[in-house]
Amino acid sequence: MATQKSQAIGRIAIAPSVAVLLVWMIVPLILTLYFSTLRYNLLYPDRTGFIGFTNYTYFVTNPAFTTAIVNTLVLVGSVLVITVILGSLLALLLDQPIFGQGIVRLMVIAPFFIMPTVSALVWKNLLMNPVSGFFAWIAKSFGLQPIDWFAQAPMLSVIIIVAWQWVPFATLIIFTALQSLDLEQKEAAEMDGAGAFSFFSWIVLPHLARPITVVIMIETIFLLSVFAEIRVTTDGGPGQATTNLAYLVFQQAILNTNVGAASAGGIVAVILANVVAFFLVRAVGKNLDT
Amino acid sequence: MARKTSKATLALWTVVGWAAGFVIFFPILWMFLTGFKTELEAYSTPPTFLFFQWTTENYVAILEQRNYVKYALNSIILAGGSTLLALVIAIPAAWGMAFSPTKRTKDVLLWMLSTKMMPAVGVLVPMYLIFIWLGLLDTHIGLIAVLCLSNLPIVIWMLFTYFKEIPKDILEAARMDGATTWKEIVFVLTPMAVPGIASTVLLNVILSWNEAFWTLNLTTIDAAPLTQFIASFSAPQGNFWAKLSAASTLAIAPIVVLGWFGQRQLVRGLTFGAVK
Repeated sequence: MATQKSQAIGRIAIAPSVAVLLVWMIVPLILTLYFSTLRYNLLYPDRTGFIGFTNYTYFVTNPAFTTAIVNTLVLVGSVLVITVILGSLLALLLDQPIFGQGIVRLMVIAPFFIMPTVSALVWKNLLMNPVSGFFAWIAKSFGLQPIDWFAQAPMLSVIIIVAWQWVPFATLIIFTALQSLDLEQKEAAEMDGAGAFSFFSWIVLPHLARPITVVIMIETIFLLSVFAEIRVTTDGGPGQATTNLAYLVFQQAILNTNVGAASAGGIVAVILANVVAFFLVRAVGKNLDT
Repeated sequence: MARKTSKATLALWTVVGWAAGFVIFFPILWMFLTGFKTELEAYSTPPTFLFFQWTTENYVAILEQRNYVKYALNSIILAGGSTLLALVIAIPAAWGMAFSPTKRTKDVLLWMLSTKMMPAVGVLVPMYLIFIWLGLLDTHIGLIAVLCLSNLPIVIWMLFTYFKEIPKDILEAARMDGATTWKEIVFVLTPMAVPGIASTVLLNVILSWNEAFWTLNLTTIDAAPLTQFIASFSAPQGNFWAKLSAASTLAIAPIVVLGWFGQRQLVRGLTFGAVK
């Protein structure tokens, strides 16, 4: 029973959170918008002034921009496909009777807790190195020519590393949902003589639709701004091969000190993320009963 | 399991399950083993698996030369500080929304969630400049604030879902017995809220420990945590695989262990309760 007094106290209790989040969201965003209309390079502090949309045209017409957008979409899309498929298979596998299931689960979810710089460097050196890496040894054992991963297939290499980090997340979410499938439902289906296949396609698959949607949307938010993995492995290269939107903005801001253009790029990234966020908030909101 | 499991089925799934788990876990295992090899052996082809000269020289070298301890301390300060700060701000908010909900509560929660959607690159430039202007670049205070704010929506959301499950009847009973709001919080709510708060702390520590956008861009030396320390290995000078592996093992060990304990909370926190 919320009385008027307790509601007032409730409002006061919420106020600090709302205030700091509002500042955190509004101030930098307004500054980004403002900078994006300025001629502003940290190296040339004397050249200033309002230049309207010039930064946007500069950033968007830069051939690197198209490459970065394509790279971003390829990275996000491939990792999503890999993690959803592998995650579903692993979740279904974990749901089977396995001796030592708890330990297997710990092994499967472990990559998620590894900091991005560690997983990227371990994969790049210990596993994918064309001379002494573990994969090179496997290739040589089969009499094949080892792949020089980051030279021949830089984007694929980044995709593999990022997918490895996110497969556990997909597995864990889908597995949690699988376990909430009522035992009674399983029994009832068996009583009705449902075979394994029809049980799977009529009961399990529809039940997985929701967790998979959640996985896709949450991963998309994080994958749109993959940064550290690219920073420590390829630095966006060779050429522009692994430069995604986040990395391009970083290059403009920190390496080229072009504040104006980087801000314009930042706004583009915000718009892109908001399109995704719109759908996520709607999906989560439907489920929220206060 | 209602379905009867024959021994053959159990054996089959066990083999498949362990094989899959092993493949996924292999990079971590390989890193762990490499950390105990000499640099020469780390590069050897064919690789050695278990029968090599186990050595702790890499750990000794890392701990002595590479300022590892300073980076680790920074990680602890940043993860701990940002979590603590987030709790101080979030607990009242989550409590208020769970126990005195208004018509707006749902909208406020969704709005908070939406701030988490803002890609960090979108505000990298102003944050970088604000940090320069305020002299916060490479300081603990600055990083603690940024990490706290970027995780605050998740913290509030998680606490809210836990607090919501505390039965309201108990509060009314306490009120009937003449408990004041203050007593209510200390003696009734706090004991029931502790498990939820503990889970939230766990998830937030994991997230801030591994955060690698702000920590890479806003720190250099003084406040740099382990993410930055490991990144310094990306510019190789000489043979360094064994040392990279030893350093990585040290950097991830506490979090992997915490993560294993907190897997359930992770699902809850990262899906905002959308999957139970």
